[in-house]
Formats: sequence, structure tokens, C-alpha cells
Amino acid sequence: MTSPKRNLRVSSFVVGILLLLGCRDAPVEPGPIAMRRITADQYRQTIADVFAPEIKVTGRFEPDSRRNGLLAVGTAWVSITPAGFEQYDAMARRIAEQVLDPEQRRRFAPCLPANPAAPDAKCAAAFVRKYGLRLLRRPLGEDEVASRVALAAEATKQTGDFYAGLRVVLASLLVSPEFLFRVERAVADPGHPEVLRLTDFSLASRLSHFLWNTTPDEALLLAAERSELATDAGLAREIDRLLASPRLEAGVRAYFSDLLEFDALEDVSKDTLVYPHFSRQILEDAREQTLRVVADHLVTRRADYRELFTTRNSFMTRNLGLVYGVPVRAREGFEATSFAADSPRVGIQSHVSVLALHAHPGRSSPTLRGIFVREALLCTEIPAAPANVDFTVVQDVANPDLKTARERLEAHRTEAACESCHRLVDPVGLALEPFDGSGMFRATENGVAIDARGELDGKEVVGPAALGEALRDSEAAADCAVLGLFRYAFGREPELGERAFVRALEGRFEDSGYRFSDLMREIATSEAFRTTSGPREAPAAAPAAGKEIG
Amino acid sequence: MTSRRTFLRGSLGGVAMALNLPLLDLFLDDAGTAFASGAPLPVRFGTWFWGCGMNPQRWIPSALGKDWPSTPELAPVELVRQHLNILSGFNVVLDGAANHPHISGVIGMLTGGVPPKPEDVPAPSLDVLIADAIGNGTRFRSLEFAATGSPRHSYSLRDAASRNPSEVSPLALYQRVFGSGFSDPNAAVFAPDPEVLLRKSAISAVGEDLKRLERELGSHDRQRLDAYLTSLRQLEHQLALQLEAPPPLAACRIPDAPAPTEISADVDRALDNHALMADILALALACDQTRVFNVVFSYGASNLQKAGNTTGHHQLTHEELVDAKLGYQPEATFFVDRSMEAWASFVAKLAAVEEGDGTLLDHCLVMAHSETSFAKAHDVTGLPVMTAGRAGGRVATGRHITGSNDSATRIGLTMQQLMGLPVERWGMGAMETGSSVSELFS
Repeated sequence: MTSPKRNLRVSSFVVGILLLLGCRDAPVEPGPIAMRRITADQYRQTIADVFAPEIKVTGRFEPDSRRNGLLAVGTAWVSITPAGFEQYDAMARRIAEQVLDPEQRRRFAPCLPANPAAPDAKCAAAFVRKYGLRLLRRPLGEDEVASRVALAAEATKQTGDFYAGLRVVLASLLVSPEFLFRVERAVADPGHPEVLRLTDFSLASRLSHFLWNTTPDEALLLAAERSELATDAGLAREIDRLLASPRLEAGVRAYFSDLLEFDALEDVSKDTLVYPHFSRQILEDAREQTLRVVADHLVTRRADYRELFTTRNSFMTRNLGLVYGVPVRAREGFEATSFAADSPRVGIQSHVSVLALHAHPGRSSPTLRGIFVREALLCTEIPAAPANVDFTVVQDVANPDLKTARERLEAHRTEAACESCHRLVDPVGLALEPFDGSGMFRATENGVAIDARGELDGKEVVGPAALGEALRDSEAAADCAVLGLFRYAFGREPELGERAFVRALEGRFEDSGYRFSDLMREIATSEAFRTTSGPREAPAAAPAAGKEIG
Repeated sequence: MTSRRTFLRGSLGGVAMALNLPLLDLFLDDAGTAFASGAPLPVRFGTWFWGCGMNPQRWIPSALGKDWPSTPELAPVELVRQHLNILSGFNVVLDGAANHPHISGVIGMLTGGVPPKPEDVPAPSLDVLIADAIGNGTRFRSLEFAATGSPRHSYSLRDAASRNPSEVSPLALYQRVFGSGFSDPNAAVFAPDPEVLLRKSAISAVGEDLKRLERELGSHDRQRLDAYLTSLRQLEHQLALQLEAPPPLAACRIPDAPAPTEISADVDRALDNHALMADILALALACDQTRVFNVVFSYGASNLQKAGNTTGHHQLTHEELVDAKLGYQPEATFFVDRSMEAWASFVAKLAAVEEGDGTLLDHCLVMAHSETSFAKAHDVTGLPVMTAGRAGGRVATGRHITGSNDSATRIGLTMQQLMGLPVERWGMGAMETGSSVSELFS
């Protein structure tokens, strides 16, 4: 079957090929690069990978910032505040102390000093090279090695301890901007000087963070050093290795944690007088439940992405069993289970994690849930409220007997200025009204039977199961997966010159039967992923806010 | 390194120039207005924010000047009224831009510009401008805390990329200020920790990385690296301070560590945590650990909650009916009353610390504000603002002052001038102003 949309994809693809002959995926004018602050998860995983999982990372991370729906995009915008730097410094010192304490140092230091009480330039240099490469994700220049070796010698002289020197060096690497930010570099392609290509080490880092959510491992760094990533075959081989690894699951979970806004679960508190059964443990289990379902569905089963919205497969703990009203045999941990055919729990959007997150502390919110489905799952842009709206008229609710959320919202929606947005989001959320603000099933609200009639793109959907099916069949939802993963991989919105590439990805995703790891491969092997227009430039400076005298 | 004393002198020169007022007199070494060492007592600046505004007809006093009659919603501040100024009738001027609910009002007030998009930060917030001028000499450039549990609840913004996160737990705030790295200014013996030198060299080594890196980056990243560098310099400075014996401070006292507390947006928990953190902050100021602070009692679109109620503060402002007899929303107003009580207690805590010949509050200038006036309407005109403290004698207190519908940037401009910044105009577009609030000057 060839839809008009597919035709458009094909034709723009052909034009692209004509424009840039000779490249496999040519129809792309690549976008800018910007450094990305590593996330708390990436920091923790990097320390575990470079040293050992037993090395504890203790401290608070600066809050991330969400942009275009993703923290991964926000990382290309945020900086580091004084309070945040204090914390990074404290973490760095605690890590360096553990790595170089008398018990551990033999394991991590690549050599033994000639005299443990005196500087040893050769051994210090070996340490700096080894961990500089792993932490800064590129080999250090000779001058960089020399300056850190000098730093180590200085500290050793002060303390009479060779390892105190290494400790200072390691702490300084861990607060370096090139550790805390992923800095990508590009150079002109020798064959096509107009094309800026990521350096091998930058590409290795981009791949590893995209697919595994951590720093490159030694094999990937070796491939970069040997310039193997510069060849299609070498690159494909490494990408195959990364995709086949059990660590892909960590990468997929990181993407969905971000997309589903699970960072915000930390700030969720429910009113325990309204929801006495609710607890922090339930929320944590619910988060893990959803991520397990996602990983099982997309990685283990390699199933159709769209069926995430209809799957009844799940995982349960005893705690969760109480909220979901299903028996759980396992006394501890998770057990695989599936919801009954007549259960309203259909798809991940009917999970407690999602439902409790997008609700108020004491009640459900069709609006918040509708915004979530629209923005995160369908990539609908919800317009900001128009300028100078008089919000007073909205709330003149004459009838004090509005018992259900539907009644309250309908009263609220009568004003034209608000209707445009609320009509976009509320009917989607109303289909999820059989779940209360804590994500528990309910048949009534304040004694009135729940009316779960909703709407998605002109089609009536009644209840959670119908909403799941509508999402599965929605072309927007499948395209949104492509756009979301693009944003995640590149740390930004697609540029104008990348739209044809995104269209092509949508087509290939469809062709693959909506296999998510195939989509990851398409992005990772693409020309767009390896090239750039150069560093991002800031928009022209805004007019000065203050004027000084003199 | 610039010493604390030279820094203060420098900024004072600026005040004299900007205002043409004989403020220098206030800082002469009169008995009681100086450190024991002879340096003048520092003047501190702070902001105190609460979400979802008030009910104008119940909050704004009916007369101006010294003898303003009390109002139902200002009743909680009666006990501290001699320390306050009540400012009404100041507007954030949207000038055709969208009113991003619960955002435009506060960003306009603090940055002097209305944000085109909700995530935009048109300029640094007021406290950052002031901290850049007076915060360099102390261990912390500024301290932030929020009573509602989220470190994101902060309006201290260098730019959209750097939001100074709030401390949310009394224990964590205590540990940050009075834990490792704190030198007691009144300790009999000063023994610097040799580890501090090592720490300093570890951080300074990064300087070379920065120079190399800066050449390779685009302007977007260079700006971000600048913010990183500011943060790094602040820590270097903290460490340098730890190598010097701090001057003795009579008002400084080390508090006991607070017990861990439950942190949530339940208004009772927020009041408790706010009180505990206010106590710690007061002593952090008395011990001269920082001269700039920002408190968020509740964030814009306040998430405060009353146990057992299905609807929180923000939703109540929109959904609760205006009671026909009372003429306001009683459930939503419950949270206005709690916010004013919290503010009054905050002021009282600063006033309870004796310092010099007065109190800590006398050497502070605190600006309390909200993002709306009447929250139900997201109204950014007639925003409620109060100041507390005399800023070392620079501010006259006790009055109700009206802005007569002028731009709220007049307040921000005046705050900067009172804190010694040489600024004569401030604000962007329709919010730009050169007119300070003259009634605030003593």
C-alpha cells in the first residue's frame, strides 16, 4: 500500500539523493552541536563503568531542565550554578578518596610508584592518560598530561604521598568541564571539505550515550583510536555490538524515563487522607513496572512499538498488586503477569506511574493527562494561552454542584479563549477517568458513575482500552516516536534541512514493523548522526537590561 | 583577592554617585555599626516569594503613608509592621506579550522583562545582579531555600541555563552552611585544614582546560562555560576564605543541627520547614556566610495543599466559587493567610538576632512578592510587594506606598540602588524605567 504520505517521503528522499550524490543517507543538511551536561544517571553509570559499581556516588545533582519535552534536550542548554559546582566538587573528592584508598589503589592505579612517598612522573602520567581518556572521552594532549602530572607532583610534595597526588588529579578530572559536559568536536571531511564530520572520539561518545546512556567502553574507544568508526563497515560493526549488548536495555530505559517524565515522580506526593493506600514505595514500584514493560516489549520481545499502548503484559510486586487489585504470588520483587482481557489496564498509559504523575495530589486531572498524551505520545504542540486573555470570565461557575471532573471541566470550557486548548487535551484525558488521582480504578466519583467518553482526533474513544487502541492506530503516535528519539539522540529539534531525513526515518520505522531498536540503528548509522553544521551560536544579544552610569 | 572591606567601599562609592545622597555617613565607624575589626556591618539583600497572590480588596490598605489601616489579609504582619513597607499599585507591563500564567508576573518583576516564551529568562534576576556586586566576598554568593520540597522552586536565575537550585531540607541547609568548610569566626584558635590547599589546586588545574576549550566552542556554549567559570571561581574563593582566619562576629552563633523533617507541599509541613530554614538562614547571615538569599515559601501556581482536601491552593484559586456573602474565595484565601503568617515570622526571626546597635534585620533589605495579585484572573497588575529591614539605615520603613499603576521595575531599580549598584535605568521595553521609588529612601 502506498499512502500519499509515503509518496512524499520517497520523493523528498530522491531529491535529497540528487542534491548530495555519493552518500548513503544524503538528504540532510546537518544541524549544530552544543555541549550537553551529563545527567545524574550518566554520571553514576560512568563512574560504575570506569571504576567499579562499588564506588559510591553520594551527593545531590543539579535539577535538569526539560526542553522540547525532554531533559536530554535541556542538557544542551543548562550550565552549572555555584551550588551545583559545590556538589560536583564534593562528589569528585569522595570518588577520588574511594578509588585511591589503601585498599583499592592497586586495583585502579595502572602502575606502582618507584617510591610511594615521592612524585613519580611516569606512573602519574600513565594514570592521567588512562582515566583522562575514559572520563573526558578522548585522549589527552601531551601538554594536558604534563600539567596534570605537575599537579600530582605538587600535591605529593605537600603531603609526602604519591597517591594523594593521584587523588588530586582524579578530583580535578571529575570537575573538568569536559567531564561534566559532553563536548563534541567536528573536522572537515577530507573527501568533502564542505562536510563537517564528528571526530572518531566524539562519535564514539555520542553513540555510547545514545544507545547505552554511559561513557564509551574500551572496545569502542579502541575502534575510535583505530579510525574504524570512520568507515561504514567499522561503524556498523560497533553499532551492531552496542545494539546486541544487554546494556541496550539501560539505554532504552533512559529514553523512556525521560519521555515519560519519570524524574518528576520524585516530587509527587499524594494526600494520604484522600488516598490512604498510597506510599512512596508504590510509586517506586510503579515506575519500575512501566520501565520493565517497555524494556521487555521493545528489547526482549522486539515487538511493535505501537503495541506499547495496548499491551496487557506487565510485572507486579505485592505492593502494586494491592493498587491494581490483582493477586501476586511472589513475596519479594517483580513477577511477570498479564492483565485480564476485560481489565481497563491496557497499555503503559494506563499504568499507575503515568496516571499518578499526571494528576493532582487529591484527585485526577483529565487536563494534565490529556496534555501528557498529546505532548509526549503524539507530539502535538499545545499553543500557549493567547495574549491578554481575561481569565476571570473562565471561572464564573454558577452551579456549585459540579460533582465530576467532566462537569467541572465542561463548565470551564465554555469560554472560547480557553476552549481551543482544552478541546485539544481534555477529551483525551477524560477517557482515563476510570482511574483516580492515585491511579486506582474507580467506577464512580462522588457517587456519580464515571462517564469515560473521550475523543481523539475526531474519533470517539470510550474508556482506557479504546484510547489505547486509538493510540496504537494513530499515525501521529508512530511519527512521534521518531521525532522523540531524534530529539533524544541529537539533543535538539530537527533543523529545517533535517526534516526530509526525519520523514525518511518515519517511513523506515513503518517498514521495519515499528521495531524500536531498528529505529535506533537507523539513527545511529545515519549521515545526520555523524555530521554537523558546526557549533551552535547564541541568538543576537538582547538589549541590555540595565544601564550603568559613566 | 579583593578583601571584603575594599569591596564594600567600592560599591558604596557607586551608591553615592548614583543617588547623590550622603549615604557614606551611615557607614562611618560609629559605635555599634561596625564589626569589631572596624569593618562596617554588611548590608544583605534577600527575596521572599509566595505563590498565587492575594485578594486586592482584602490586602491593600485603604490609606497611604505611615498610618495605614490594617486589612484582613495583612493582619498577620501587624506585629512587624514597623519593619515593613507595603507596596501596591505596581504592574508588570505585558505590552502585547502573552501572559504566561504564573510566570510572566514573577519573571517580569525580577528580570525587568516579560518573557516571550514561558521558558525564557530575559535578563538575570535582581538577586543575581546584586550578588554579582556584593556576594563575591562571602563563602556563598547567595543561598536559596524553598519550603515546598522541590529544588526547582527557585527564581534566582543568571539566565535560562542557570537556575540556582533551592535547598529543600533544613538538615541539608544546615550541613551546607555549618558543616565542613565552616570556620567559626569566634573560635579562639584558627587552624586551616591543609586539605584545603590540595582542593584548591585540584580546581585551579581546570583553568587550563577552560582556556583550551573556550577556543573550540560556539557562542552558545561559551556563555554556558562562563557560568561554569563563575561557579568554579566561587568555590575557589570559598576555599581561599578557609585559609584565612575570619574576623570575629559578635552576632554569629552556630545553631544545633535540625532533626530530619518530613518534606512535602502540605502547608503545615511547609510552615515547619520554612521556620527551621529561616532560623538557619538568619544565623548564616549573622555569621556572614552570604549576603544574598532567596526564599520561596510556595512557588508560582502554588502547590500548597491542606491535608485531606482534594484541591490544592492553585486549583482552588481557579475553581472555588467566590463566596457571595464574603466576597472572596475562603478556601483559597486560607493559603494567603498562611503565607502572610510565614512572611511575618520570617521578618520576626531576622529581627530577633541582635547585631551591632540594632538587629540583623536592620542590616537587611528583603523584598517579598508574588506572581499575581488576584490569582483567579492571573492578574499581573497591582502585584503585592513588601520590603522589610532598613538596609543599614538606607531605607525608611513603616509606610504604605503606591506605584499608581507604574511599572514594577521601579521597585527592582530601587532595590539595586539601595544595595549600592550604580544603576540609573532598569527594565526592558515598556518596563524600562529611570524612576526609583523615592519614598523608600530614608
